[in-house]
Amino acid sequence: MGEFKVHRVRFFDYMPTAIRAMAFNAHTERLALARMDGSVEIFNFTDHYFQEKVIPGKDSRSTESLCWVGGRLFSAGLNGEITEYDLENLRPKYSLEAYGGPIWTIISNTQGTQLAIGCEDGTVKLFEVLEEHIQFERNLDRQKGRIISLSWHPSGTHIAAGMMDMIRVFDVPTGHAVQRLLVDRGFGGSKSQETVVWSVAFLSDHTVVSGDSAGKVQVWDGHTGTLVKTHLVTKWDVLALSVSKDESSVVAGTSEGTVIQFQFIAPTLHQQQDKEWVRTRTFKNHTHDVRALAEIETAIVSGGMDTHLVVRPLLEKFDEKSHASGLRKIHFPHVSTEMAEITLVSNCLKKAGLLLFQFPGQLELWRLGDSDGHGKPGDRLPLKRKPEKLLLLKRKGEDHICCSALSSCGGWLAYSTVSCVRIYRLQTDNNNISITKVSKLPKALRSAHQLCFSSDSSKMFAASSQSSVLVIALTQSECKYVHTLKPKSGSRQPIHLMTTSVDGKWLAAANSDCEIRVYNLQKLKLHCIVPVYGSCPSAMGIHPTTNNMTVVHADQQLFEYSIVEKQYTDWSRKLQKQGLHNVWLDRDTPVTHVTFNPKNPNQVVLHDMHMFCIIDQSLPLPDQKTQFYNQMTLRSLSEQERPSHLHAFKICKTFQVSLLFLASLLDDQSLVVVERPLLAITSQLPAPVRQKKFAT
Amino acid sequence: MVVHAEIRMVHRGGSKINFREPVITHDSRFLLCAAGESVNVYSTSTEEYVHDLQGHTDLVTGVVLNPSNHLQVYSCSADGTVRLWDFTDAILIKTFIIGYPIYSIYVSEKHGGVVFLVVPMANYKSSELFQLVAVHLPHSGDQEVEARELSAVLCDVSHHPGAASFGREGEYIAAVKGLQLEVFFFKKQKSYRFSLKSGMKKGAKNAFTCVSCHPKEDCIATGHEDGKIRMWRNFNQKKEYTYSTLHWHHGAVNTLCFTPEGTNLLSGGIESVLVHWHYTQENQKDFLPRLGAAITHIAVSPDGSLFCTSHSDNKITIIQSCVKVSAVIQGLVKGDGVWTNLIIDPRSKALVLNGKPGHLQFYSLHHDKQLYNLDIVQQEYIHEEGLDQFEVVKAAFDARGDWLATVEERRKKGAELEINLKLWAYDELTQSFVLNTTVTAPHEDRITAMFFSPSPETTMLVTTSLDGHFKAWLLADHSDANEGFWACDFVGGYHLLKPGCCSFSADGSLLSVGFQEVVTVWSPASWELLTTLSQPPGAIRDLCFGRLSCSKYLLGASTKNQLCCWNLLTCSLEWSTPMDVSLLQTDPLSENIAAFCSQSGSSDLFVFKPSEPRPLYSQKALCTGKVQHAVFAPRDQMLESCEERTQWLNRSQLYFLTQHMDLLTFSTKTEEDRLLASSKQLMVDDSVAVTPFYLLLGKHRGQQLEKQEALTNPMAERTQLPQGSIAIKELLHTPAHVLPSASFLCAMFVRSLLISSSSAREEKEHEEGEMEREKEEEDSEGEADPRLGESATWGHPEEFGAPALTKAQERELRKVRTFDHSWLSSLLDC
Repeated sequence: MGEFKVHRVRFFDYMPTAIRAMAFNAHTERLALARMDGSVEIFNFTDHYFQEKVIPGKDSRSTESLCWVGGRLFSAGLNGEITEYDLENLRPKYSLEAYGGPIWTIISNTQGTQLAIGCEDGTVKLFEVLEEHIQFERNLDRQKGRIISLSWHPSGTHIAAGMMDMIRVFDVPTGHAVQRLLVDRGFGGSKSQETVVWSVAFLSDHTVVSGDSAGKVQVWDGHTGTLVKTHLVTKWDVLALSVSKDESSVVAGTSEGTVIQFQFIAPTLHQQQDKEWVRTRTFKNHTHDVRALAEIETAIVSGGMDTHLVVRPLLEKFDEKSHASGLRKIHFPHVSTEMAEITLVSNCLKKAGLLLFQFPGQLELWRLGDSDGHGKPGDRLPLKRKPEKLLLLKRKGEDHICCSALSSCGGWLAYSTVSCVRIYRLQTDNNNISITKVSKLPKALRSAHQLCFSSDSSKMFAASSQSSVLVIALTQSECKYVHTLKPKSGSRQPIHLMTTSVDGKWLAAANSDCEIRVYNLQKLKLHCIVPVYGSCPSAMGIHPTTNNMTVVHADQQLFEYSIVEKQYTDWSRKLQKQGLHNVWLDRDTPVTHVTFNPKNPNQVVLHDMHMFCIIDQSLPLPDQKTQFYNQMTLRSLSEQERPSHLHAFKICKTFQVSLLFLASLLDDQSLVVVERPLLAITSQLPAPVRQKKFAT
Repeated sequence: MVVHAEIRMVHRGGSKINFREPVITHDSRFLLCAAGESVNVYSTSTEEYVHDLQGHTDLVTGVVLNPSNHLQVYSCSADGTVRLWDFTDAILIKTFIIGYPIYSIYVSEKHGGVVFLVVPMANYKSSELFQLVAVHLPHSGDQEVEARELSAVLCDVSHHPGAASFGREGEYIAAVKGLQLEVFFFKKQKSYRFSLKSGMKKGAKNAFTCVSCHPKEDCIATGHEDGKIRMWRNFNQKKEYTYSTLHWHHGAVNTLCFTPEGTNLLSGGIESVLVHWHYTQENQKDFLPRLGAAITHIAVSPDGSLFCTSHSDNKITIIQSCVKVSAVIQGLVKGDGVWTNLIIDPRSKALVLNGKPGHLQFYSLHHDKQLYNLDIVQQEYIHEEGLDQFEVVKAAFDARGDWLATVEERRKKGAELEINLKLWAYDELTQSFVLNTTVTAPHEDRITAMFFSPSPETTMLVTTSLDGHFKAWLLADHSDANEGFWACDFVGGYHLLKPGCCSFSADGSLLSVGFQEVVTVWSPASWELLTTLSQPPGAIRDLCFGRLSCSKYLLGASTKNQLCCWNLLTCSLEWSTPMDVSLLQTDPLSENIAAFCSQSGSSDLFVFKPSEPRPLYSQKALCTGKVQHAVFAPRDQMLESCEERTQWLNRSQLYFLTQHMDLLTFSTKTEEDRLLASSKQLMVDDSVAVTPFYLLLGKHRGQQLEKQEALTNPMAERTQLPQGSIAIKELLHTPAHVLPSASFLCAMFVRSLLISSSSAREEKEHEEGEMEREKEEEDSEGEADPRLGESATWGHPEEFGAPALTKAQERELRKVRTFDHSWLSSLLDC
């Protein structure tokens, strides 16, 4: 019999939605990403591409384009509204109807004083950016046909607009169109179809680069309106363009899933005049349309229909091979509790695990299967009882669910959207499950970024605005507001992680400014602040017996903090002194969950997307020379030799073909693993554009 | 070793012309390519062989135009020399001795007087490491110069000549090896290296195969094993370099070449398609498909009007204006293997062997040119690995060359063997072979030997097969039909043993068939088993009858290291010797028999007469591996060597094919001298391309001229002084750099203007001699020395029964002699 009995859960059919738009803020190094369902994600590129914030979507909102103005984020969509987001409360701040029909694109000038939108009715509308608001300023000359794409000249005097079959260049002060660049149609059968200029880029030397639905990337002289060069790059559409900051490179994303780079290169090495745009590299990291692209200082970031975000580093920008120079594919949310599901540990009465899955539109409650078989390590045990879907709870209203929680006794269920929180009472007897909504909720509880129950299910904690935590007492039939745990000073960033201790004494909350606060729940006041580390915590957990808190950060650093003593533990200091193994540090997905082995207090269980790790604090730490992934070697060694090769990190990659969502230990030494194979996701995607493959 | 000095093994004929990249001259009129130990010059417009540049003593490994003089060419060879030639006149100008075997040569206009060579690394002679060195060629008047000052440019380069290329204006050189591209800038003396990942995981094979630099811009194109072409730019930076990828080829890119203006990039590979990429419009490309075989090299003429591609089947194609194949220069095709023996076609004296798949090629050894291909299988060949397709495995000609018999077979794994016997009649009208009879499944098993009876009365074919029978096939006469067809006449066997070989006696009166250990002798007239000869142990591998004076002997080689000679008159063993003979070959024109023995991995050759105990000639360690195929090719011009050791080469020449498919032959000193002398002859006036038509017409015109001259002979002699004309010709036609000093010339020139009494006497003699000689000899306008006259009669062919010299050749020969002599005499006079 092996160490753990593993439940491999594969019935969680979570499906991320396609990426629609992207905007990179070079000052704060944040990337904003809009998905098809209207949600917006913020990635922090200084902190290992960590997904800091998620603004949940809304049914009626569809984002077509994103735009940063300073630290403010604007979006525009086909519903005809411009939305500004409140990044502290993770919700739209306000929406403004533009009265121009669906909006295809939104851009701002480099000064950050004006916004321009391109509308279906052929107008380019300018908005003035005010302190707290934006205000309509004027229209540029109205054109026939929709404005698909816009690009502002860096000086702010001209705007290039991509339309159907043509590109217009507007003079901003007068509002008149000064150039009309006609774009050729495609060859053959597509001759009768209008060419859509999906993307334009206006460079500071008045060069206009355009990408269109005939598969061309064209370079135009913006002064004279003449075509300089045509690169036919695909049979399908060129959907996105992005220019590097120094304007020496342009990348184009196509429907074939390729990203093609063009560089501004002089034909000879020594004289640097007469440069021209030359097609250079082709990156193929996507299977479907590349809808959004951003070329940043050191990498090309692309996303599209196949739902994952790819960060392709430009190797020439790195001096040596390092952690940052590897290709990254970000498939799934980084904070697992944020998006997916919470396992309920063993319903006391029935000894059956309950699983809660969170989807944007619904919640699902499942009961785990059971098996009493015994087998050798690696055996597949026969199921005695199949897993069972107990409950499907559809949300009310338009807003998507942003967080949810299930109490450990299985009696309470709560979820929150940006507009409301709902708490339900669950009752299970003999396979029958009944659900009742708790009707009267305290007024203070309006929305929550995170929800969490105490271990004895008597309290619920809701992370609210400005890093505050509401404490709600739950009794059999009602819930009562108790207290608001409010930081006296410091950050107003939203809390993205929250955990309670088993003994009900401590609550830890981490926000995206990397602060972790520990509250004493008995005294209902702040106990201590964990020393701030430069990287955002990606997962944390409080040990059930020792009350030591294990925190893993986005840069893969691992700390253990004694809450009682208000200091790092000796083990943590030893680990920091010796340093983590390079192989551990080079992993590219953050740890998303920390839990503990109830039978062995020395063991901490962690996992990320690809692997699952047990840290045994009683074993020696690995130094840089030891083999890190040593499970296979250990297996081949004899019993006597094994102890000398053991080290604290035991890593299992059996689940590598899939995505590992959550691993949690049940009492009886069994482990729940929720897998979501990437293959299953790709198989659910629509068919990509047809491409001729050689020898088929 | 006197033998070595006398008889040398040489590549003559059938050499690889696709070994290195060909060169097109500046005026696009000639194409130069390395061919064995010489450099061949072809005319680009007519694909005719013009002449060759001889002098290297090992394989020529590179040919490049001299950038400072476009009428000269450098060639390098594995013999460790670089030679400078005047290719229009085939004159060796200079020899630079480097001292290391050279694998390729590069030159650049900017680096005048310097050649870049790839030589083995000095310290690692045994290993396969090469370096690129710059050699400053010393200015010196001598013919032979030692140039041993090598300065290394790049270490560890590939010896493949396509793996390095000079960049724009010779500022840098790019070299590729394995997964690395290295660019060396001469001005900064700095090199940049760019590595690719092996890419094996993703199924890509990123290894570099070739490189070419854009002539006008700083762009390097590299070809890769997986068929990609990468265009590198900004390569003077360690990090900020960039490349784009073009992909059309599905196999490795064998070669890349930019056109001189850099507007196009040409690439070729296994697909036999010349791909023509438009520079800066990379997704537009043109194709020239169906070039016949994999492209190994591409060269472009300096004006960009002609392309030429070398192919893996030893062919050079000349392509005009990017789209039209204008000429094909075909060498000896060396396919996957030779299953037929080497055969000499009695009519054309051409060498016949397997050529393209399913074809027999007729290759003229004398002209070093493929005559034609005969499609035997007459089925489409599918270019794919792992398919079993029909192959020609046996071929035989009858004595007069009227009939050709071929056997083709296909063996699928685990399936029935398919054999076809085809008989082809020579059609005088079309000058080619026409299929007469096809016999499907002539035997139940593989055919081991097939011969025509040499007797002139009957045309009979004998085949032996592993099914235990030998069959005789006869042309059945049908009075009603115009043509007869072949039918089986006799099936013979001997105790169910498997026949392995057979041989006809020279007059066709006896047939001997080797049935494993037993040799049976049959009479083809009555099909009576005359006698059996047996010399245990070991199965008989090869049989042959002696010829001429030795026709009473029958020789047999057995698998157990025995060479036996039976006397057919006494039916007893005359002699036997322990030798592991792999091949016995008789000379059809003499009694000589060549035996190739394989011993400890290499082959030995013995040439002997069956009647004499001592071999005429023996050569140990001829080449590595077994010699499987050899043939005596009759000379068209007999040698007059009287030395004992070389006499056997007088009438015919022994060609053999080594394991590595190199066609080698033996050459004697006298022969080489003669060849050298004939090559000294200035070529035909090069304003007119040498076409067969021209030769025909030119001959005709020449004859007309002669007639006229004969009529107006006395007058002509008055007006034109014969001696004067030769001196003037010498003055004007010899390149200036090989002329002696002016003082010599002046004296000679002045003397030539004098009318001496002796010359008048000689002229009279000359006129008298006219009666005996043929008309054509009249134009030997030089002074006819009495001694020379004697030697001419001595060289007269009929006496020796060798094939008659063509008249033109004889004339040339004489011209050479007079030429040389006059030169010498004028020197002596001074």
